[in-house]
Amino acid sequence: MPWVTRGLREGIVTTRYPRRSDGYGASFEGHVVCASGATGDEVEAAAAACPTGAIALEAAGARLDRGSCILCGRCCDIAPRSFHFEPGFETAALRRRALVVPAGEGDDKTITEAREQLRERVKGLRRSVHLRHVDAGSDGSEEWEIAALTGPIYDIHRLGVFFSASPRHADVLLVTGAGTAGMQASLRLTYEAMPSPKVVIAVGTDAVSGGLVGGTYASGQGVAGTVPVDVFVPGSPPSPFGILHGILLAVGLVGEAPGGAVSGPSRDQAEEREGMAS
Amino acid sequence: MLDWHDPRAFVRTVAKKSGEGARFCGLFASPVAEGTRLVAVLSHAGPFMAEATLVPEGAEGFPALTPTVPAAAWYEREIKDLFGLEPFGHPRTDPLVLPLLPGAVPPRPGSGAQLPPAEIDTSPLPAHVQGEGVFTLSYGPVRSSVFESVEYLVETPGERIPHLRARVFYKHRGMESRFCGLSLADGALLAERYEGVASVAHAIAYCSALESIAGAEVPPAAGLVRVLHAELERVANHLDSVLRHAEGAGQAVAAARFANHKERLQRLRADLSGSRFGRGVVVPGGVSGAPNAAGLPVHAVMSSLDRLEERIREDLNLLTATPSFVDRLRGTGVLPAELARARAAVGPVGRGSGQVEDVRSSRPYGAYESLGRLEVEDRVTGDALARQYVRADEIPDAFHLCRQALDGLEALGPSPVVGWSVEIGPVTGEALGWAEAPQGELLYLVSAKDGRLVRVKPRSASFHNLALFMAAFPKDILTDFAFIEASFGLSMAGVAG
Repeated sequence: MPWVTRGLREGIVTTRYPRRSDGYGASFEGHVVCASGATGDEVEAAAAACPTGAIALEAAGARLDRGSCILCGRCCDIAPRSFHFEPGFETAALRRRALVVPAGEGDDKTITEAREQLRERVKGLRRSVHLRHVDAGSDGSEEWEIAALTGPIYDIHRLGVFFSASPRHADVLLVTGAGTAGMQASLRLTYEAMPSPKVVIAVGTDAVSGGLVGGTYASGQGVAGTVPVDVFVPGSPPSPFGILHGILLAVGLVGEAPGGAVSGPSRDQAEEREGMAS
Repeated sequence: MLDWHDPRAFVRTVAKKSGEGARFCGLFASPVAEGTRLVAVLSHAGPFMAEATLVPEGAEGFPALTPTVPAAAWYEREIKDLFGLEPFGHPRTDPLVLPLLPGAVPPRPGSGAQLPPAEIDTSPLPAHVQGEGVFTLSYGPVRSSVFESVEYLVETPGERIPHLRARVFYKHRGMESRFCGLSLADGALLAERYEGVASVAHAIAYCSALESIAGAEVPPAAGLVRVLHAELERVANHLDSVLRHAEGAGQAVAAARFANHKERLQRLRADLSGSRFGRGVVVPGGVSGAPNAAGLPVHAVMSSLDRLEERIREDLNLLTATPSFVDRLRGTGVLPAELARARAAVGPVGRGSGQVEDVRSSRPYGAYESLGRLEVEDRVTGDALARQYVRADEIPDAFHLCRQALDGLEALGPSPVVGWSVEIGPVTGEALGWAEAPQGELLYLVSAKDGRLVRVKPRSASFHNLALFMAAFPKDILTDFAFIEASFGLSMAGVAG
């Protein structure tokens, strides 16, 4: 009985995202922005100092690959005019190339295509989405952030999203880690055991590209070579909001929004869904 | 620093010292010009003792320590996997972290060799227990709920668990090889990712090894910032353990409340450092800056800490007075004190079974020296409840240390004259660094040449303690598994390396 009163006394702590923007989530500095046309000695020094080689020096200016970035902030210290942290967590993307900022020519078109294809595939997953997680060599922090989604603050159940014990009941596969040699077979088997249509989300920089740990004899260089990845969530580790955005993006409940805006029809759908779940 | 012996005298010396009460902390292998060097680290009242021997080039193996020093069992299996050296006389040498196919070249981390992707053998193991109705339950590597990958082979006639084995290689990332050749600063970033839930402790242990090579003194303010982040990390890990226990016991409200506390703590950590795991704070020579990424004044941080502590304390008190919770833990997963001593258990697992070791108090590092002696309490019952009580007692201690660190920082002023870090030049040398991670004593043996890393060997408490996990099941049944696992509170990333 004391637990009941204590629980009730707390009031509602759950975020309203994606129905409304979340004040804390919007203020969390979850990604690095690269100014367009960034050149010069400072930028070159930043590229040389990047521990994962995420900064490419191109003729039109430097480009940052958020899929390799581990958010150490070294470039922001060396070249503060070209690189800086920015608030916001909606960094997931439907194409690996879309994580490279600023966007290159032709990127918009491939992303639109990817979105259409994915939307067609997941239209059967309207009312309930079941997730299965596989750790393919994470450092352990991604698991904390995924597990936080079932807690009272993020509470993904309100959106009709649940974790499934078996891959046979799962629609979405969340993969963490760079894809170690030891997990190749298990990851593949889990993916194959899932019924179609299915969606794969690479959670975290390690799963996207291998990050800092990738490239050894056993660590792997991202999981896209083992299972077909539909959504890429960068971050080392990504925040729970970032992972939530990736899940909602996968099932078409929000759009890709580098600026942080949620697209119109998806928002309505999210409201409808939240109404149904409660 | 090293005492050299020939391989047989090495076994005798280590066995004698551990028989005389020194604690076996680990066995570390490194490639050297003449072959492979083995270093056994032992702890007693004074500084760490390091006994060394050389396994010459071309030798197939070395006489095993395990028959006389059982705590060396997993270390020698790991050395066999990574260096291809056979521990002669070892009772069980099946692969632990890297089951290479026959004929494959072992990676020998530290040799600088570039290796192709490893081909490994994941085929099932034969059963150990024979008898009517005994079967093997292969639990993992993909398990229900959100867990790190590990496979437990549970050999059971149905309820009791007479025999349990862990296969931990699934997550092996070859981290020790990844360290080779990195700059000292990049090494700190990699150390944070060795065992991600204990990022701060790993960075501290790694950096303090470098600082002792360089003979550098970390500025006082930086030492306090390290304590602040390390203690917040400890609370976060202990809350995670409580949360898993509460979930396992079906205490839905308690689980939700502890999930809420943990999330608020992670947000506070992000406010202070920019990272929810305190990453990027600890750098070689000090810290990256003041603990106020979000620009919070000290008194605001202090009142957040007070509020959080109060709420956690109230809920912990209620939880330990909830019979349906306590009854699930009492008498569950007993690790006998004699075994904990013989196998040199560390951290809350050791302290739940009468081992008082806590390196913050027994060999204080950084600012812990000036913050006053920590009262380390142990419990003797060795069950999941004892380990839970140890953690519950450590939470207020950790908050107290955080407040002391903040007080100290305020006294030093907003921008301390000596700065936040000292320069660590292109150093050459080798040293051992340590820290008390939330999981227990953490060691880093670091060797650098001209400012580049030659060999880094982390030894996590998770690796050291998981070998004991198998011994905690004599009286328990399958439904106790989740509690025993949560009460050990280990991270598989830290075990597999």
